[in-house]
Amino acid sequence: MAYSDKVIDHYNNPRNVGNLDKKDPNVGTGLVGAPECGDVMKLQIKINPETNVIEDAKFKTFGCGSAIASSSLATEWLKGRSVDQALDIKNTEIVKELNLPPVKIHCSVLAEDAIKAAVRDYQHKQTPAEQKAEEAVNA
Amino acid sequence: MALKLPIYMDYHATTPCDPRVFETMAPYFTEIFGNAASRNHEFGWRGEEAVENGRKQVADLIGASSKEIVFTSGATESDNLAIKGVADMYYERGDHIITAVTEHKAVLDTCKKLEKRGFKVTYLPVASDGLISPDDVRNAITDKTILVSIMMANNEIGVIQPIAEIGKVCKERGVLFHTDATQAVGKIPFNVNELNVDLASFSAHKIYGPKGVGGLYVRRKNPRVMLVPMMDGGGHERGMRSGTLNVTGIVGLGKACEIAQAEMQDENTRVFGLKEKLRKGIMDEIPDVYINGHPEQRLPGNLNVSFAYVEGESLLMGINDIAVSSGSACTSASLEPSYVLKALGVGEELAHSSIRFGLGRFNTEEEVDYTIGRVNEAVNRLRDLSPLWEMVQEGIDLSTVQWAGE
Repeated sequence: MAYSDKVIDHYNNPRNVGNLDKKDPNVGTGLVGAPECGDVMKLQIKINPETNVIEDAKFKTFGCGSAIASSSLATEWLKGRSVDQALDIKNTEIVKELNLPPVKIHCSVLAEDAIKAAVRDYQHKQTPAEQKAEEAVNA
Repeated sequence: MALKLPIYMDYHATTPCDPRVFETMAPYFTEIFGNAASRNHEFGWRGEEAVENGRKQVADLIGASSKEIVFTSGATESDNLAIKGVADMYYERGDHIITAVTEHKAVLDTCKKLEKRGFKVTYLPVASDGLISPDDVRNAITDKTILVSIMMANNEIGVIQPIAEIGKVCKERGVLFHTDATQAVGKIPFNVNELNVDLASFSAHKIYGPKGVGGLYVRRKNPRVMLVPMMDGGGHERGMRSGTLNVTGIVGLGKACEIAQAEMQDENTRVFGLKEKLRKGIMDEIPDVYINGHPEQRLPGNLNVSFAYVEGESLLMGINDIAVSSGSACTSASLEPSYVLKALGVGEELAHSSIRFGLGRFNTEEEVDYTIGRVNEAVNRLRDLSPLWEMVQEGIDLSTVQWAGE
């Protein structure tokens, strides 16, 4: 399969590889996918609680070149966005930017899932402990 | 000699035509173009002579007689002809066929089609080393069994099945035995009588011959195997495969067999040496690399390994100047990881991480050295990128993780 130049660029020079401290209350971590499926993405965002803006984003991905490129691109897009704007990122935009072929669309879906999971984790951390307990009971 | 890129290390997929084969074929495209079935002029006679010479070269390589060779378009056609041909010829005797889960699709899908027509097929499992037990074959045979079809060497993991023993079981029970020997003929010693084989498929392009030509060995004595043809027409190939013979291709197949017979021993020593160098160069340097299939009972040039925590297609991208294959789902049209590796009980995550190196006649030491360096560099880079590798380094047992799924 031929890869687009953008996928190759992200694969050769992945942006924002690494980790943020997952115990930091201002860091949200999303871990999506499964090894049996051939894709696992870990995406982390660090939010400034004053401005609600994503100041840093990091990723690590086990997966094909398109999965690596999708998550690398996602971290680029996340930086400087507000949390709400982060949730606006759609997998179709990733497909378009990276020229992903139909068989690779699931890679972009996974990247969108990773963003949502990271935001959810961050929001969960911001929720007061009593409310969490209540949610757990109601769940 | 300077290293030429890209490097070809996918000899199970296909091989380049040996220049000696190509040279032998060349005149048959233009000068000696006669139809081998034209019985009444010089052009036809020369075509026929070339075909019969090729037939003898093939027969000599596999210990058969010339009359037992049926030329086809390749091993897929040969597998179809053998299995469907036997099923259609012997259906009154029984409706049961035995094969194995790790067979090539040309065998499996042919069997599936026969199942739709009412035949019963037993798909034998394999052990974790990829081998089939002759006892399993024996136990699966019933009084309705008309054919056993087990490949000699597997195209993905290179594992060599105990064909002689399976053939013996079939002979004792009076069941016909077909072997898809596409990866074996011309690569390792293959003798139809020593192996007790009644039908054997093979192809030219796997042994440095041209694409589009292959053959089927069909036993003529003890027992005399009969087939219902799939192609009807001029009655070529003793009625088993009509169609004007591919004279040029047959000349190439014959020459490829002749070279294989003369050089197999030396070539195997050399290719095995290169494979071992590659294996050690990778496995001594990188932790958590696993060999798929039996470590010794395999083709000399086959190395199929899984690099844990690295996805196969991303690794292929990292070594994009080396042509190899992966069992990863992402490299297949079906988005399913290799069914062969699954059958071995290799976990799906390791199937996604597998790479098949197929070494052959034209690989060099320099190429292997270069490949070792590239693979090691790419695996290390991708592991630095891998959340799984990171988790394992932190002491997390991945099997205990609750994955979110997709």
